[in-house]
Amino acid sequence: MRVVFTIVKRELVSYFSSPVAYVFLVIFLLLTGFFTFTAGNFFERGEASLAAFFGWHPWLYLVLVPAVGMRLWAEERRSGTLELLLTMPVAPWQAIVAKFLASWIFIGVALALTFPAVITVNVLGDPDNGMIVAGYLGSFFLAGAYLAITCMTSAMTRNQVVAFILSVVLCLFLILAGFNPVTDLLARWANPALVDTVAAFSVVTHFDGFQRGVIDLRDLVFFLSVIGFALFATGLIIRGHRAG
Amino acid sequence: MIRIDNLVKSFGAKRAVDGISFTVERGEVLGFLGPNGAGKSTTMRMITGFMPPTEGSVAVGGFDVAESPLEAKRLIGYLPENAAAYPDMTVEGFLNFAAELRGLSGAARRKGLHRVIERCFLDAVLHQSIDTLSKGYKHRTCLAQALIHDPDVLIMDEPTDGLDPNQKHEVRNLIRELGRNNKAIVFSTHILEEVDAACTRAIIIDRGRIVANGTPEELRAMSEIAGAVTLQARGATAERLSELGRVEKLNGAFRIYPKDKSRQAQLAQEVVEMVNLHGWKVEGMYSERGELDEVFRRITLPDTVKK
Repeated sequence: MRVVFTIVKRELVSYFSSPVAYVFLVIFLLLTGFFTFTAGNFFERGEASLAAFFGWHPWLYLVLVPAVGMRLWAEERRSGTLELLLTMPVAPWQAIVAKFLASWIFIGVALALTFPAVITVNVLGDPDNGMIVAGYLGSFFLAGAYLAITCMTSAMTRNQVVAFILSVVLCLFLILAGFNPVTDLLARWANPALVDTVAAFSVVTHFDGFQRGVIDLRDLVFFLSVIGFALFATGLIIRGHRAG
Repeated sequence: MIRIDNLVKSFGAKRAVDGISFTVERGEVLGFLGPNGAGKSTTMRMITGFMPPTEGSVAVGGFDVAESPLEAKRLIGYLPENAAAYPDMTVEGFLNFAAELRGLSGAARRKGLHRVIERCFLDAVLHQSIDTLSKGYKHRTCLAQALIHDPDVLIMDEPTDGLDPNQKHEVRNLIRELGRNNKAIVFSTHILEEVDAACTRAIIIDRGRIVANGTPEELRAMSEIAGAVTLQARGATAERLSELGRVEKLNGAFRIYPKDKSRQAQLAQEVVEMVNLHGWKVEGMYSERGELDEVFRRITLPDTVKK
């Protein structure tokens, strides 16, 4: 546990000691602001909720989360520090979990900095704050799922750009499987059971509940299993590299 | 401390390491020699637990690296090839990170840090970030990381690569000193003078196999010219000298090879007697100890290239 903590600390310090982190935070906040208030028609909706804010998250994270996670393993492999890290008395799973947690915390910080949106709706109206809390929780898990997938793609290559593109593509599949235009298209020729099965693999389907203020155990299990599966795959990929 | 048993590593069809066995005891400094691509780095990566072997086993301090990797890794300090370190960290931050991963905390960590900073001369760059360091400092930072927990086993992949002659000298002295401190040390190099400068024993590997294993003296004795006498004397002739053994003419000197290895010891005496008998004027005379690079070339070159 100590080892995990040490690596998390190192990763976080490394995030915040580079200007990239601050650039990312600013871009993240600008984009959430833009999507919520301009593209999301926040004011025209006439309701005190953050639906306009959370609704965009699956799409926003599609680009931003892979940008945070793409360096995680690709950089370690490229610079040779992977050899250093894995010859320390550290079990590979500890390193994998620690690096994932550090990036997840970083995204959590970015998400927490959107608190002015919460203040805004509370000033303007009387929103259901429980729903907002559920939305934030769902959003955080959504980011975690994307991030774990990015961990996996980052372990596949030494090249951060390749890792970025691969994870965008994979995450896009997870969105599209439950995206209404796609499910409608699918429903025209496939039987409803198949459509539901495909949609069940989508992050959008599982994120919906959180947005409506429902914290469903099944949705949590879904996100946690995506994270667990992707991190497990990361472990296998790294073991594969070491075996040569 | 290190016991390697029939180690094999295959990459696809290629056997990078092909059945290597050796042991290293405390107090030994083992030089690991071989041409590029001979399997030196791969062997070291298996010793340090970075790569699992295809066959065979490695035990460090009695712990099998495959079965109890954490216990084995705790005993090892490792300087990887090219001295990798996190470029965005400061030297101090990096060493603290290494110390914490090694389970050092509080006073023990400060002590360890202090020791390696002094030993690797890192005082001046402590608060500098690693990507701004010169190659020599970067190298020493990574070496400091390997020493921070005062390990019993030290594995170094080309510890003097890319250093200037003064730094090379420092690192060799450090290796020798650590060897005297009862540690088991393995380092790879392709600089032969380093073997003389720092090793108690050397192993030469070629295409994944051990081709020679012995003290630097023993390896040198494998040289063709070992035991020969080189004589530079006015009046000396090859005809006369050939009574003692095969004679090779060098410029202005003769090299006499003993007729067989058992007569090596008497050869110098016999040459002196012949010199006295004929009244030659000696300008120089010495017994050859053998040359490591000749041995190295002879046993690592493919047969077709030899001679």
